[in-house]
Amino acid sequence: MNSMPITDAAFALCLALLLLAPLAIAGVALINTGLGRCRSAAQALLGNLAIVAVTSIAFALVGATWIGGAGHVVQLAGKPWNWLGTGPYLLSGLSAASPHAQLALLFEFLAVALAALIPWGSGADRLRLTAGCALAAVLAATVFPMLVHWVWGGGWLSQLGVTFSLGAGILDGGGAATVQVLGGVSALAVVWIAGPRKGKFPKEGLSTALPGHNAVYVLFGCLLALVGWLGWNVAGALLWLHAPLSALPVTAINTLLSASGALAATFSVTRFRFGKPDASLCANGWLAGLVASSACAGIVTPGESLFVGAVAGIATPLLVELLELALSIDDPSGAISVHAVGGLWGLLAAGIFAAQPGQLLAQLVGIATLLGLVLPLVYLLFWLLNRVVPFRVDTDGERIGMDLHELGGGAYPEFVIHRDESYR
Amino acid sequence: MKFAGLLVMSAGFFLTIAALVLFPDAPPRVAFVLCGLAVECLGLAVAVRGHMDAARGEGR
Repeated sequence: MNSMPITDAAFALCLALLLLAPLAIAGVALINTGLGRCRSAAQALLGNLAIVAVTSIAFALVGATWIGGAGHVVQLAGKPWNWLGTGPYLLSGLSAASPHAQLALLFEFLAVALAALIPWGSGADRLRLTAGCALAAVLAATVFPMLVHWVWGGGWLSQLGVTFSLGAGILDGGGAATVQVLGGVSALAVVWIAGPRKGKFPKEGLSTALPGHNAVYVLFGCLLALVGWLGWNVAGALLWLHAPLSALPVTAINTLLSASGALAATFSVTRFRFGKPDASLCANGWLAGLVASSACAGIVTPGESLFVGAVAGIATPLLVELLELALSIDDPSGAISVHAVGGLWGLLAAGIFAAQPGQLLAQLVGIATLLGLVLPLVYLLFWLLNRVVPFRVDTDGERIGMDLHELGGGAYPEFVIHRDESYR
Repeated sequence: MKFAGLLVMSAGFFLTIAALVLFPDAPPRVAFVLCGLAVECLGLAVAVRGHMDAARGEGR
Protein backbone atom coordinates (compact mmCIF):
# COMPACT_ATOMS: atom_id res chain seq x y z
CA MET A 1 0.00 0.00 0.00
CA ASN A 2 1.19 3.49 -0.81
CA SER A 3 2.19 4.72 2.66
CA MET A 4 3.03 8.40 3.00
CA PRO A 5 3.76 10.25 6.21
CA ILE A 6 0.68 12.15 7.38
CA THR A 7 0.50 14.85 10.06
CA ASP A 8 -1.79 14.55 13.08
CA ALA A 9 -3.99 17.37 11.81
CA ALA A 10 -4.32 15.78 8.39
CA PHE A 11 -5.05 12.39 10.01
CA ALA A 12 -7.83 13.82 12.18
CA LEU A 13 -9.33 15.77 9.29
CA CYS A 14 -9.21 12.78 6.95
CA LEU A 15 -10.84 10.50 9.51
CA ALA A 16 -13.62 13.05 10.11
CA LEU A 17 -14.20 13.36 6.37
CA LEU A 18 -14.34 9.60 5.91
CA LEU A 19 -16.99 9.41 8.63
CA LEU A 20 -19.12 11.66 6.42
CA ALA A 21 -18.58 9.48 3.34
CA PRO A 22 -21.28 6.89 4.27
CA LEU A 23 -23.82 9.62 3.52
CA ALA A 24 -22.94 9.10 -0.14
CA ILE A 25 -23.83 5.43 0.30
CA ALA A 26 -27.10 6.41 2.00
CA GLY A 27 -27.85 8.83 -0.83
CA VAL A 28 -27.26 6.26 -3.56
CA ALA A 29 -29.35 3.72 -1.60
CA LEU A 30 -32.28 6.18 -1.46
CA ILE A 31 -31.89 6.97 -5.16
CA ASN A 32 -31.86 3.25 -6.03
CA THR A 33 -35.01 2.72 -3.98
CA GLY A 34 -36.89 5.77 -5.22
CA LEU A 35 -36.22 5.01 -8.89
CA GLY A 36 -37.63 1.48 -8.54
CA ARG A 37 -41.30 0.52 -8.31
CA CYS A 38 -43.27 0.75 -5.05
CA ARG A 39 -43.88 -3.02 -4.92
CA SER A 40 -40.10 -3.59 -4.74
CA ALA A 41 -39.15 -0.75 -2.39
CA ALA A 42 -38.48 -2.73 0.81
CA GLN A 43 -36.49 -5.36 -1.06
CA ALA A 44 -34.48 -2.62 -2.76
CA LEU A 45 -33.55 -0.85 0.47
CA LEU A 46 -32.89 -4.09 2.33
CA GLY A 47 -30.69 -5.10 -0.61
CA ASN A 48 -28.67 -1.90 -0.24
CA LEU A 49 -28.09 -2.66 3.45
CA ALA A 50 -27.24 -6.30 2.79
CA ILE A 51 -24.79 -5.35 0.05
CA VAL A 52 -22.93 -2.97 2.39
CA ALA A 53 -22.66 -5.80 4.92
CA VAL A 54 -21.62 -8.46 2.39
CA THR A 55 -18.99 -6.27 0.72
CA SER A 56 -17.48 -5.34 4.09
CA ILE A 57 -17.16 -9.00 5.10
CA ALA A 58 -15.88 -10.19 1.69
CA PHE A 59 -13.41 -7.34 1.49
CA ALA A 60 -12.10 -7.99 5.01
CA LEU A 61 -11.80 -11.75 4.45
CA VAL A 62 -10.40 -11.78 0.92
CA GLY A 63 -10.25 -8.48 -0.96
CA ALA A 64 -7.99 -6.51 1.38
CA THR A 65 -5.27 -9.12 0.88
CA TRP A 66 -4.87 -8.21 -2.81
CA ILE A 67 -4.57 -4.47 -2.35
CA GLY A 68 -1.37 -3.58 -0.57
CA GLY A 69 2.14 -4.87 -0.15
CA ALA A 70 4.93 -5.08 -2.67
CA GLY A 71 2.77 -6.94 -5.16
CA HIS A 72 3.37 -9.46 -7.92
CA VAL A 73 5.63 -7.78 -10.45
CA VAL A 74 5.94 -9.09 -14.01
CA GLN A 75 8.84 -7.88 -16.17
CA LEU A 76 7.62 -7.08 -19.68
CA ALA A 77 9.84 -5.37 -22.26
CA GLY A 78 12.25 -4.42 -19.49
CA LYS A 79 9.57 -2.62 -17.45
CA PRO A 80 8.05 -3.72 -14.14
CA TRP A 81 4.26 -4.34 -14.24
CA ASN A 82 2.81 -4.58 -10.75
CA TRP A 83 -0.43 -6.53 -11.27
CA LEU A 84 -1.59 -7.74 -7.86
CA GLY A 85 -0.98 -6.82 -4.23
CA THR A 86 0.15 -9.24 -1.55
CA GLY A 87 -0.98 -7.98 1.82
CA PRO A 88 -1.51 -9.75 5.15
CA TYR A 89 -4.51 -12.07 5.47
CA LEU A 90 -7.64 -11.11 7.43
CA LEU A 91 -6.38 -7.59 8.17
CA SER A 92 -3.73 -8.94 10.51
CA GLY A 93 -1.34 -6.31 11.84
CA LEU A 94 -3.75 -3.50 11.03
CA SER A 95 -3.36 -1.74 14.37
CA ALA A 96 0.40 -1.55 13.82
CA ALA A 97 0.05 -0.19 10.28
CA SER A 98 0.89 3.43 9.50
CA PRO A 99 -1.87 6.04 9.95
CA HIS A 100 -1.97 6.57 6.18
CA ALA A 101 -2.45 2.84 5.56
CA GLN A 102 -5.26 2.66 8.12
CA LEU A 103 -7.09 5.62 6.59
CA ALA A 104 -6.58 4.17 3.11
CA LEU A 105 -8.15 0.91 4.22
CA LEU A 106 -11.15 2.71 5.72
CA PHE A 107 -11.55 4.62 2.45
CA GLU A 108 -11.46 1.34 0.52
CA PHE A 109 -14.04 -0.33 2.80
CA LEU A 110 -16.47 2.51 2.07
CA ALA A 111 -15.54 2.59 -1.61
CA VAL A 112 -16.28 -1.08 -2.20
CA ALA A 113 -19.71 -0.73 -0.61
CA LEU A 114 -20.62 2.15 -2.92
CA ALA A 115 -19.25 0.36 -5.99
CA ALA A 116 -21.41 -2.70 -5.30
CA LEU A 117 -24.58 -0.62 -4.70
CA ILE A 118 -24.45 0.78 -8.22
CA PRO A 119 -25.36 -2.44 -10.14
CA TRP A 120 -28.07 -3.20 -7.55
CA GLY A 121 -29.94 -0.07 -8.68
CA SER A 122 -29.74 -1.14 -12.31
CA GLY A 123 -31.16 -4.55 -11.55
CA ALA A 124 -34.12 -3.09 -9.64
CA ASP A 125 -37.48 -4.90 -9.81
CA ARG A 126 -36.05 -8.19 -11.12
CA LEU A 127 -32.70 -8.91 -9.42
CA ARG A 128 -32.96 -11.42 -6.56
CA LEU A 129 -31.63 -10.44 -3.14
CA THR A 130 -29.25 -13.43 -3.00
CA ALA A 131 -27.95 -12.58 -6.47
CA GLY A 132 -27.31 -8.98 -5.42
CA CYS A 133 -25.35 -10.15 -2.38
CA ALA A 134 -23.43 -12.73 -4.42
CA LEU A 135 -22.35 -10.27 -7.08
CA ALA A 136 -21.37 -7.78 -4.37
CA ALA A 137 -19.18 -10.45 -2.74
CA VAL A 138 -17.55 -11.27 -6.08
CA LEU A 139 -16.81 -7.61 -6.75
CA ALA A 140 -15.41 -7.04 -3.24
CA ALA A 141 -13.22 -10.15 -3.31
CA THR A 142 -11.83 -9.99 -6.85
CA VAL A 143 -12.18 -7.09 -9.28
CA PHE A 144 -12.34 -4.18 -6.83
CA PRO A 145 -9.10 -5.03 -4.94
CA MET A 146 -7.28 -5.66 -8.20
CA LEU A 147 -8.35 -2.31 -9.63
CA VAL A 148 -7.62 -0.48 -6.38
CA HIS A 149 -4.13 -1.96 -6.35
CA TRP A 150 -3.53 -0.74 -9.90
CA VAL A 151 -4.83 2.78 -9.25
CA TRP A 152 -4.13 3.54 -5.56
CA GLY A 153 -1.90 0.76 -4.26
CA GLY A 154 1.25 1.31 -6.31
CA GLY A 155 0.15 -0.93 -9.19
CA TRP A 156 0.99 -0.54 -12.87
CA LEU A 157 -1.56 2.20 -13.67
CA SER A 158 -0.29 4.41 -10.85
CA GLN A 159 3.30 3.77 -12.00
CA LEU A 160 2.76 4.83 -15.62
CA GLY A 161 4.58 8.08 -14.85
CA VAL A 162 7.69 6.22 -13.66
CA THR A 163 7.72 3.41 -16.21
CA PHE A 164 6.53 5.23 -19.35
CA SER A 165 6.86 8.95 -18.43
CA LEU A 166 3.09 9.43 -18.63
CA GLY A 167 2.44 12.35 -16.26
CA ALA A 168 2.02 11.22 -12.66
CA GLY A 169 0.40 7.90 -13.58
CA ILE A 170 -3.38 7.64 -13.48
CA LEU A 171 -4.99 10.35 -11.32
CA ASP A 172 -8.17 9.36 -9.50
CA GLY A 173 -8.56 11.19 -6.21
CA GLY A 174 -12.18 10.35 -5.41
CA GLY A 175 -12.62 6.92 -6.97
CA ALA A 176 -13.97 7.69 -10.45
CA ALA A 177 -12.27 4.58 -11.83
CA THR A 178 -12.20 2.30 -8.80
CA VAL A 179 -15.75 3.02 -7.63
CA GLN A 180 -17.87 4.79 -10.22
CA VAL A 181 -16.76 3.23 -13.50
CA LEU A 182 -16.38 -0.19 -11.88
CA GLY A 183 -19.93 0.15 -10.52
CA GLY A 184 -21.18 1.46 -13.87
CA VAL A 185 -19.72 -1.36 -15.97
CA SER A 186 -20.99 -3.86 -13.37
CA ALA A 187 -24.43 -2.30 -13.85
CA LEU A 188 -24.13 -2.83 -17.61
CA ALA A 189 -23.14 -6.47 -17.06
CA VAL A 190 -26.10 -7.00 -14.70
CA VAL A 191 -28.54 -5.44 -17.16
CA TRP A 192 -27.15 -7.55 -20.00
CA ILE A 193 -27.44 -10.76 -17.97
CA ALA A 194 -30.74 -10.14 -16.15
CA GLY A 195 -32.45 -8.61 -19.18
CA PRO A 196 -35.14 -5.91 -19.15
CA ARG A 197 -38.15 -5.82 -16.84
CA LYS A 198 -41.26 -7.60 -18.08
CA GLY A 199 -43.21 -5.40 -20.43
CA LYS A 200 -40.43 -2.83 -20.80
CA PHE A 201 -39.68 -3.51 -24.45
CA PRO A 202 -42.72 -4.87 -26.29
CA LYS A 203 -42.15 -6.65 -29.59
CA GLU A 204 -43.65 -3.72 -31.41
CA GLY A 205 -43.74 -0.03 -30.62
CA LEU A 206 -41.80 2.15 -28.22
CA SER A 207 -40.52 1.04 -24.84
CA THR A 208 -42.95 1.28 -21.91
CA ALA A 209 -42.28 4.00 -19.31
CA LEU A 210 -41.87 2.48 -15.82
CA PRO A 211 -41.22 5.60 -13.72
CA GLY A 212 -39.66 5.55 -10.25
CA HIS A 213 -42.14 5.45 -7.38
CA ASN A 214 -40.80 8.19 -5.09
CA ALA A 215 -39.16 11.36 -6.41
CA VAL A 216 -38.74 12.66 -2.84
CA TYR A 217 -36.44 9.75 -1.92
CA VAL A 218 -34.46 10.36 -5.09
CA LEU A 219 -34.01 14.10 -4.58
CA PHE A 220 -33.25 13.79 -0.86
CA GLY A 221 -30.76 11.08 -1.78
CA CYS A 222 -29.03 13.62 -4.02
CA LEU A 223 -28.63 16.03 -1.09
CA LEU A 224 -27.21 13.28 1.12
CA ALA A 225 -24.88 12.24 -1.68
CA LEU A 226 -23.46 15.76 -1.87
CA VAL A 227 -22.35 15.66 1.77
CA GLY A 228 -20.82 12.23 1.31
CA TRP A 229 -19.09 13.20 -1.91
CA LEU A 230 -17.56 16.29 -0.28
CA GLY A 231 -16.04 14.04 2.37
CA TRP A 232 -14.99 11.49 -0.22
CA ASN A 233 -13.28 13.87 -2.65
CA VAL A 234 -11.48 15.88 0.02
CA ALA A 235 -10.28 12.77 1.87
CA GLY A 236 -9.23 11.28 -1.48
CA ALA A 237 -7.24 14.39 -2.35
CA LEU A 238 -5.39 14.03 0.96
CA LEU A 239 -4.81 10.30 0.67
CA TRP A 240 -4.25 9.63 -3.03
CA LEU A 241 -3.18 12.97 -4.52
CA HIS A 242 -1.17 13.99 -1.40
CA ALA A 243 -2.69 17.47 -1.59
CA PRO A 244 -1.65 20.03 1.05
CA LEU A 245 -4.28 21.14 3.57
CA SER A 246 -4.47 24.55 1.85
CA ALA A 247 -5.72 22.88 -1.37
CA LEU A 248 -8.67 21.12 0.27
CA PRO A 249 -11.24 23.97 0.27
CA VAL A 250 -10.82 24.29 -3.52
CA THR A 251 -11.42 20.54 -3.87
CA ALA A 252 -14.69 20.90 -1.92
CA ILE A 253 -15.73 23.94 -3.96
CA ASN A 254 -14.96 22.07 -7.19
CA THR A 255 -17.16 19.17 -6.07
CA LEU A 256 -20.07 21.51 -5.38
CA LEU A 257 -19.55 23.43 -8.63
CA SER A 258 -19.41 20.27 -10.71
CA ALA A 259 -22.71 19.05 -9.27
CA SER A 260 -24.27 22.50 -9.65
CA GLY A 261 -23.13 22.84 -13.26
CA ALA A 262 -24.49 19.40 -14.02
CA LEU A 263 -27.87 20.12 -12.43
CA ALA A 264 -28.22 23.44 -14.27
CA ALA A 265 -27.36 21.73 -17.55
CA THR A 266 -29.75 18.80 -17.05
CA PHE A 267 -32.50 21.14 -15.88
CA SER A 268 -32.06 23.21 -19.07
CA VAL A 269 -31.86 20.21 -21.40
CA THR A 270 -34.98 18.52 -19.99
CA ARG A 271 -36.85 21.86 -19.90
CA PHE A 272 -35.94 22.40 -23.54
CA ARG A 273 -36.79 18.85 -24.67
CA PHE A 274 -39.93 18.14 -22.65
CA GLY A 275 -41.23 21.63 -21.85
CA LYS A 276 -40.77 21.04 -18.10
CA PRO A 277 -37.75 19.95 -16.07
CA ASP A 278 -37.74 16.24 -15.25
CA ALA A 279 -37.11 15.48 -11.55
CA SER A 280 -35.53 12.05 -11.90
CA LEU A 281 -33.32 13.10 -14.81
CA CYS A 282 -32.25 16.21 -12.87
CA ALA A 283 -31.30 13.92 -9.97
CA ASN A 284 -29.30 11.77 -12.38
CA GLY A 285 -27.61 14.89 -13.74
CA TRP A 286 -26.67 16.09 -10.24
CA LEU A 287 -25.22 12.68 -9.45
CA ALA A 288 -23.33 12.60 -12.76
CA GLY A 289 -21.74 15.93 -11.82
CA LEU A 290 -20.63 14.47 -8.48
CA VAL A 291 -19.33 11.35 -10.21
CA ALA A 292 -17.32 13.38 -12.74
CA SER A 293 -15.88 15.46 -9.89
CA SER A 294 -14.54 12.26 -8.27
CA ALA A 295 -11.69 12.16 -10.75
CA CYS A 296 -10.87 15.80 -11.16
CA ALA A 297 -12.04 17.86 -8.14
CA GLY A 298 -8.53 17.82 -6.67
CA ILE A 299 -6.87 18.77 -9.96
CA VAL A 300 -8.92 21.35 -11.85
CA THR A 301 -9.79 25.01 -11.23
CA PRO A 302 -13.34 26.03 -10.21
CA GLY A 303 -14.13 27.25 -13.73
CA GLU A 304 -12.97 23.98 -15.23
CA SER A 305 -14.97 22.06 -12.64
CA LEU A 306 -18.12 23.94 -13.64
CA PHE A 307 -17.42 23.02 -17.27
CA VAL A 308 -16.83 19.35 -16.40
CA GLY A 309 -20.12 19.23 -14.50
CA ALA A 310 -22.03 21.02 -17.27
CA VAL A 311 -20.83 18.52 -19.89
CA ALA A 312 -21.83 15.62 -17.61
CA GLY A 313 -25.23 17.27 -17.04
CA ILE A 314 -25.87 17.72 -20.77
CA ALA A 315 -24.79 14.18 -21.63
CA THR A 316 -26.72 12.36 -18.90
CA PRO A 317 -30.36 12.90 -20.00
CA LEU A 318 -29.43 12.32 -23.64
CA LEU A 319 -27.64 9.08 -22.76
CA VAL A 320 -30.48 7.83 -20.55
CA GLU A 321 -32.82 8.36 -23.49
CA LEU A 322 -30.41 6.78 -25.98
CA LEU A 323 -29.85 3.69 -23.84
CA GLU A 324 -33.54 3.11 -23.27
CA LEU A 325 -35.07 4.04 -26.60
CA ALA A 326 -32.35 3.13 -29.10
CA LEU A 327 -30.27 0.46 -27.40
CA SER A 328 -32.99 -1.42 -25.43
CA ILE A 329 -31.05 -1.20 -22.16
CA ASP A 330 -33.41 -1.18 -19.16
CA ASP A 331 -31.47 0.65 -16.45
CA PRO A 332 -34.00 1.94 -13.85
CA SER A 333 -31.43 3.93 -11.85
CA GLY A 334 -29.58 5.31 -14.88
CA ALA A 335 -26.34 3.95 -13.40
CA ILE A 336 -24.68 3.25 -16.73
CA SER A 337 -25.10 6.84 -17.91
CA VAL A 338 -24.38 8.39 -14.52
CA HIS A 339 -21.61 6.25 -13.03
CA ALA A 340 -19.91 4.61 -16.02
CA VAL A 341 -20.04 7.46 -18.53
CA GLY A 342 -19.79 10.22 -15.89
CA GLY A 343 -16.76 8.52 -14.35
CA LEU A 344 -15.07 8.03 -17.71
CA TRP A 345 -15.69 11.68 -18.57
CA GLY A 346 -14.21 12.75 -15.21
CA LEU A 347 -11.09 10.68 -15.82
CA LEU A 348 -10.70 12.15 -19.29
CA ALA A 349 -11.25 15.69 -17.98
CA ALA A 350 -8.58 15.16 -15.32
CA GLY A 351 -6.15 14.34 -18.13
CA ILE A 352 -7.23 17.30 -20.25
CA PHE A 353 -6.87 19.86 -17.47
CA ALA A 354 -3.87 18.41 -15.58
CA ALA A 355 -0.63 20.36 -15.77
CA GLN A 356 1.78 17.42 -16.19
CA PRO A 357 2.80 16.47 -19.75
CA GLY A 358 1.63 12.99 -20.71
CA GLN A 359 -1.18 12.98 -18.15
CA LEU A 360 -3.89 12.77 -20.81
CA LEU A 361 -2.32 9.61 -22.22
CA ALA A 362 -2.11 8.07 -18.73
CA GLN A 363 -5.82 8.75 -18.25
CA LEU A 364 -6.60 7.28 -21.68
CA VAL A 365 -4.70 4.10 -20.78
CA GLY A 366 -6.77 3.94 -17.59
CA ILE A 367 -10.00 4.35 -19.59
CA ALA A 368 -8.86 1.65 -22.04
CA THR A 369 -8.20 -0.67 -19.09
CA LEU A 370 -11.66 -0.08 -17.62
CA LEU A 371 -13.42 -0.70 -20.93
CA GLY A 372 -11.21 -3.38 -22.42
CA LEU A 373 -10.26 -5.42 -19.40
CA VAL A 374 -12.51 -4.63 -16.44
CA LEU A 375 -15.86 -4.74 -18.31
CA PRO A 376 -15.19 -8.12 -20.03
CA LEU A 377 -13.82 -9.54 -16.77
CA VAL A 378 -16.83 -8.39 -14.75
CA TYR A 379 -19.23 -9.70 -17.40
CA LEU A 380 -17.48 -13.09 -17.45
CA LEU A 381 -17.55 -13.37 -13.64
CA PHE A 382 -21.21 -12.36 -13.45
CA TRP A 383 -22.12 -14.69 -16.33
CA LEU A 384 -20.54 -17.60 -14.45
CA LEU A 385 -22.16 -16.48 -11.18
CA ASN A 386 -25.55 -16.39 -12.90
CA ARG A 387 -25.16 -20.11 -13.61
CA VAL A 388 -24.83 -20.78 -9.87
CA VAL A 389 -27.07 -18.08 -8.39
CA PRO A 390 -29.67 -17.04 -10.98
CA PHE A 391 -29.90 -13.25 -11.09
CA ARG A 392 -33.44 -12.89 -12.29
CA VAL A 393 -36.57 -13.61 -10.30
CA ASP A 394 -39.22 -15.82 -11.92
CA THR A 395 -42.12 -14.31 -13.87
CA ASP A 396 -44.57 -14.70 -11.01
CA GLY A 397 -42.23 -12.96 -8.59
CA GLU A 398 -41.80 -10.06 -10.96
CA ARG A 399 -45.56 -9.78 -11.41
CA ILE A 400 -46.43 -9.60 -7.71
CA GLY A 401 -43.38 -7.48 -6.88
CA MET A 402 -40.10 -8.24 -5.19
CA ASP A 403 -41.39 -7.24 -1.74
CA LEU A 404 -44.14 -9.84 -1.57
CA HIS A 405 -42.12 -12.47 -3.42
CA GLU A 406 -38.88 -12.19 -1.46
CA LEU A 407 -39.91 -10.65 1.86
CA GLY A 408 -43.54 -11.65 2.22
CA GLY A 409 -44.70 -8.10 2.84
CA GLY A 410 -44.66 -4.75 1.12
CA ALA A 411 -42.97 -1.47 2.01
CA TYR A 412 -46.31 0.35 1.98
CA PRO A 413 -48.90 -2.12 3.30
CA GLU A 414 -51.71 0.44 3.37
CA PHE A 415 -51.28 1.40 -0.29
CA VAL A 416 -53.53 -0.11 -2.94
CA ILE A 417 -51.24 -1.20 -5.74
CA HIS A 418 -52.93 -0.96 -9.12
CA ARG A 419 -52.95 -3.77 -11.60
CA ASP A 420 -50.12 -3.72 -14.10
CA GLU A 421 -51.60 -3.62 -17.60
CA SER A 422 -48.37 -4.82 -19.18
CA TYR A 423 -48.97 -8.35 -17.88
CA ARG A 424 -52.16 -8.95 -19.81
CA MET B 1 -22.47 -11.97 -30.28
CA LYS B 2 -22.07 -10.35 -26.87
CA PHE B 3 -19.02 -12.49 -26.11
CA ALA B 4 -17.56 -11.67 -29.52
CA GLY B 5 -17.92 -7.97 -28.74
CA LEU B 6 -16.27 -8.40 -25.35
CA LEU B 7 -13.37 -10.30 -26.97
CA VAL B 8 -12.89 -7.43 -29.42
CA MET B 9 -12.85 -5.02 -26.45
CA SER B 10 -10.10 -7.08 -24.81
CA ALA B 11 -8.14 -6.97 -28.08
CA GLY B 12 -8.39 -3.18 -27.94
CA PHE B 13 -6.93 -3.19 -24.43
CA PHE B 14 -3.95 -5.31 -25.50
CA LEU B 15 -3.40 -2.94 -28.43
CA THR B 16 -3.14 -0.12 -25.89
CA ILE B 17 -0.62 -2.05 -23.79
CA ALA B 18 1.35 -2.93 -26.93
CA ALA B 19 1.47 0.77 -27.82
CA LEU B 20 3.12 1.57 -24.48
CA VAL B 21 5.71 -1.17 -24.86
CA LEU B 22 6.50 -0.85 -28.55
CA PHE B 23 6.53 2.91 -29.13
CA PRO B 24 8.75 5.09 -26.92
CA ASP B 25 7.97 8.20 -29.00
CA ALA B 26 4.83 10.13 -28.20
CA PRO B 27 3.08 10.49 -31.62
CA PRO B 28 2.90 6.78 -32.59
CA ARG B 29 2.14 5.85 -28.98
CA VAL B 30 -0.80 8.26 -28.85
CA ALA B 31 -2.03 7.05 -32.23
CA PHE B 32 -1.95 3.40 -31.15
CA VAL B 33 -3.60 4.09 -27.81
CA LEU B 34 -6.39 5.89 -29.66
CA CYS B 35 -6.63 2.95 -32.09
CA GLY B 36 -6.95 0.62 -29.09
CA LEU B 37 -9.80 2.76 -27.72
CA ALA B 38 -11.48 2.77 -31.13
CA VAL B 39 -11.32 -1.04 -31.24
CA GLU B 40 -12.85 -1.16 -27.76
CA CYS B 41 -15.69 1.11 -28.90
CA LEU B 42 -16.25 -1.20 -31.87
CA GLY B 43 -16.41 -4.20 -29.54
CA LEU B 44 -18.84 -2.37 -27.27
CA ALA B 45 -21.06 -1.59 -30.26
CA VAL B 46 -21.09 -5.29 -31.22
CA ALA B 47 -21.94 -6.35 -27.66
CA VAL B 48 -24.73 -3.74 -27.38
CA ARG B 49 -26.12 -4.90 -30.72
CA GLY B 50 -26.19 -8.47 -29.42
CA HIS B 51 -28.09 -7.33 -26.34
CA MET B 52 -30.63 -5.36 -28.42
CA ASP B 53 -31.49 -8.42 -30.49
CA ALA B 54 -31.97 -10.49 -27.32
CA ALA B 55 -34.00 -7.85 -25.46
CA ARG B 56 -36.45 -7.25 -28.33
CA GLY B 57 -36.48 -10.89 -29.45
CA GLU B 58 -37.75 -12.07 -26.10
CA GLY B 59 -40.61 -9.59 -26.35
CA ARG B 60 -40.26 -8.64 -22.71
